[in-house]
Amino acid sequence: MKPAPFDYYDPDSVEEVLDLLQQYGDDAKILAGGQSLGPLLNMRLSTPQIIVDLNRVADLEYYKSDDTGLRVGAMTRQSTLEDDANLRTTQPILAASIPYIGHRSIRNRGTVGGSVAHADPAAEWPAIMLALDGTILIRNTTGTRTVDASDFYISALTTDLKPDEILVEIQLPNWVKTSGWSFIEFSRRHGDFAILGVATYLTIENRRCTKSRIAIIGGGPIPIRTSKAESMLIGETINDELLKDVAEQASKELDPDSDMHASADYRHHLASVLVSSALQKAADRADESGGQ
Amino acid sequence: MKTEHSKGIGASIKRLEDKRFLQGQGHYIDDLQLPDMLHAAVLRSPYAHATITNIDVDLALEQPGVVTILTFADLHSVKPIPIRLNPYGSLEPFLQYPLANNRVRYVGDPVALIIAHNRYQAEDVLENIVVQYDPLPVNIDAEDKVSCPLHHDAKDNVASNFVQQKGDVVAAFKKAEHITKLRFTSGRHSGVPLETRGLIANYDATQEKLKVWGPTKVTHFNRGVLAHMLDMEEHTIEMIEPDVGGGFGVRGEFYPEDYLIPYAALMLKRPVKWIEDRLENLMACNHSREQIYEMEMALKKDGTILGIKVLLSNDQGGYIRTHGIIVPELSAAIFPGPYHIPNYRCEVRSVLTNKTPAGTYRAPGRYECNSSRERLLDLAASELMIDPVKIRSMNLIQPEDMPYEVGTESLGEDIVYDSGDYPFALQEVVRLSKYEENRHVNHNNLSNKKVGYGIACFVEKTGLGPFEGARIEIDQTGAITVSTGAANVGQGLETTLAQIASSVLTVSPDSIQVLHGDTDLIPYGVGSFASRATVMAGSAVYYAAQKVRKKLLRIAAHTLNCQVEQLIISDGDICVTDHQDKRLTLAQVAQQSSPRNCPPEIEPGLDFTHYFRCNQMTFAHGATIVKVEIDITTCAIVPKHVWIVYDIGKAINPQMVKGQIEGGAVQGLGGALLEEFKYDPSGQLTSGSFVDYLLPTATETPLLESKRLDRSPSTLNPIQVKGAGECGIAGMGGALANAVADALGDSGNNVNVLPITPEKVWQWLTPMQNKTN
Repeated sequence: MKPAPFDYYDPDSVEEVLDLLQQYGDDAKILAGGQSLGPLLNMRLSTPQIIVDLNRVADLEYYKSDDTGLRVGAMTRQSTLEDDANLRTTQPILAASIPYIGHRSIRNRGTVGGSVAHADPAAEWPAIMLALDGTILIRNTTGTRTVDASDFYISALTTDLKPDEILVEIQLPNWVKTSGWSFIEFSRRHGDFAILGVATYLTIENRRCTKSRIAIIGGGPIPIRTSKAESMLIGETINDELLKDVAEQASKELDPDSDMHASADYRHHLASVLVSSALQKAADRADESGGQ
Repeated sequence: MKTEHSKGIGASIKRLEDKRFLQGQGHYIDDLQLPDMLHAAVLRSPYAHATITNIDVDLALEQPGVVTILTFADLHSVKPIPIRLNPYGSLEPFLQYPLANNRVRYVGDPVALIIAHNRYQAEDVLENIVVQYDPLPVNIDAEDKVSCPLHHDAKDNVASNFVQQKGDVVAAFKKAEHITKLRFTSGRHSGVPLETRGLIANYDATQEKLKVWGPTKVTHFNRGVLAHMLDMEEHTIEMIEPDVGGGFGVRGEFYPEDYLIPYAALMLKRPVKWIEDRLENLMACNHSREQIYEMEMALKKDGTILGIKVLLSNDQGGYIRTHGIIVPELSAAIFPGPYHIPNYRCEVRSVLTNKTPAGTYRAPGRYECNSSRERLLDLAASELMIDPVKIRSMNLIQPEDMPYEVGTESLGEDIVYDSGDYPFALQEVVRLSKYEENRHVNHNNLSNKKVGYGIACFVEKTGLGPFEGARIEIDQTGAITVSTGAANVGQGLETTLAQIASSVLTVSPDSIQVLHGDTDLIPYGVGSFASRATVMAGSAVYYAAQKVRKKLLRIAAHTLNCQVEQLIISDGDICVTDHQDKRLTLAQVAQQSSPRNCPPEIEPGLDFTHYFRCNQMTFAHGATIVKVEIDITTCAIVPKHVWIVYDIGKAINPQMVKGQIEGGAVQGLGGALLEEFKYDPSGQLTSGSFVDYLLPTATETPLLESKRLDRSPSTLNPIQVKGAGECGIAGMGGALANAVADALGDSGNNVNVLPITPEKVWQWLTPMQNKTN
């Protein structure tokens, strides 16, 4: 479990990082927190020729909240967000999901940008980005661009990022306080990759649902928003029968894999069970926050 | 006259070795660096079954830092690795050579050894060795009777086929009023020590000795094996046990690397180090547990067991290793457990498959057979509508039946339970868990959460012979050193033996140093396995300490000019009973026993060795109850509470025993709910890292409550002890499976496998849900 030889760079500015990426392109791999890349290197499942380490790029480690929303620099550690009690009210789904990212020691090293860009369909961040209509700020030597999370995830472990680009920031809109939300994740042990997870939120006005989001972790090769199921809720009053139908529909929109921990059939079953209870919880919270 | 030391036998003192462990001062194998040391990596087969048609190392030898590469053809007069326990000659065709000889039989089978200046370079070279494999048909099913034989000299893959029986099973089934049938499968998992294996070998020219650091468990035996395989004299090899981060039966056996690393060091005349990494550990170190039980039980309507028939298929993996076929033999021998089963027949088929070879893991053969039998009992109870406690109570062996001959045999001994009150242990665990009160009140039919309770009773074989030795010396400063051939694999041997010596010598255990695991310390040794170290080494220490004590008193009596009978030892001082001012320190007596001062009629020195010999195992026992909660929507299984009542005779250190019981319980939960080595049809190990091989952690650990009974001291040794190390795990599989079955209500009779995953629960529940929908 020793990595294959590679050349190592540890620049201290974004500009230098981008110069290196422009020079080496596909041969280079970015090292952020190293919580996924480290094992991949050690098991020689990934053998890049160049490692560009972002850990000395101080400019990428920040997060700030203002009228436009929450912006998080790519090198912000998961535990930094976990420890901010304000986020539990300003970004409740995000705050609820972070404790499910591995274990505390993993969150101490692991970064937001690394998790979003690694695009593991069983990881929390990609689904959260979908559920919350997040956007991703990307840079290369010629400039910056912004991509919606819904356009960012292309296929298994593959994103819209080009070899000469880095993800510099993620942006989440401000939380609408009257919305209800929930985050549920099922795994065999706490901290393992999810067998299935659900992030939901609902906005309810005059007893009717006006906005709904259902994002699924572990439901396919990429994180999935079950849009047909979401639309079934719009304009409706929440009731048990409806939630059951929506959950069935959400389950149908998935394309999960079978692996040694769960078959595709069982994942479908879990999806229908978890989506139903997740939506119920979100509806209850929407009621509590006076969203009716 | 004798006064026990307050920190001696029976005292829950803190472990003496923990100071160095907690301060980061432990000395594990990877902590040792020798000058000019080289590093090894093993090239392992990526195929489960294949012929090797060519190995080309030319390109690899040109790579930076490479010193040499060894393949089978390079090993001079190489022999297969012999069996340690019950070496039946019929198993010889199935033994493993240190490197594959033209054929590989599991993914991970060693093909070549690379020696380089560092481990990075050694691993870089692995991909430059060009091996041509010609794939062969793969067998991953121990019940497949038509598979391609794995070994040239064998007609099929059945390494061993034997029967253990007593009474007349055919007649018993003729009389049966009810027959319960169950097929139960125990999944493949193993002991996974936190510290992986590791070795350093070096030839010491000044002593003309090959030194090997890293062996543990059975160092004297392994020295003999290495001497045999290298054609050396035993006394020219020294094996040195460092601190060891967990053994559990798998660590310390003689593996291919235990030959290859010393071989390379001798060849190169330089120290060579190999540290097993976790990926290697999960595919190279012994697996265990994979067994299928086809069981039939004949009963009377009232639940009385008339007889049991078992067909046991044991998945052995690609080779017979050092444990031979001891695991299924133990399964067959201990299957009857604490119950009186008048007629019993168990046919064992131990079958080779293209998987990692299997060996022993904590409670080998018993975790599996106990799980199967206890599940069978609950199924019978369910079919006959008898309470699970009652069906056990009415069939348990009674205390007045002791000693009880089971009628089976293992490890060359007839299985004879020496002592124990089995019904009492069951009653106690039922009382402790409030089983009767709680079992039904927690069932809330409206809730998605279903609660279940499961019971398992067990007997544990411990204290395997034939001997263990201890040497005790007191030097001129009064320092006491105990040396033994038993090993410290993390279980606390240093503390245990110090406490026993402390009791006899009436000195504090902190003042006693315990040395172990170095073959030069003591001429003969057996080791630490089969819950034997405290029983065997402890008894040896007891007798050696008696000899030392006698001599101490004799010299003190001479010096103080009194009778031996007038003396007592108190906190390290020897004094005259009626004249407390007339006293000598241990150091003063030691100085008086030196050749310079010792009276002419007394042999100088305070140095005694005793070998305790015993050819009869001593049997511990107990009962386990587990409470689980199952969410019938997600099928999540949460163990909530474990109660274990156990009797191990006398406890040397009750707190350490409790640690053994509870640690074992958690390991047992791992095998029951989480851990499994899975293979795909091509024989690839699909759970070869900790991402997929799931060990229980503190988060998965339920409340643990254990109670030690002190009702059946062993009569087979002077300190009245039975081994404690395997009692915690022995009943966990069965109790957990039964608890899940209980929680699942009508679907519970489907429970027939370990580990029980949420998906398994979902499958068991699904037919029911369809019906009720």
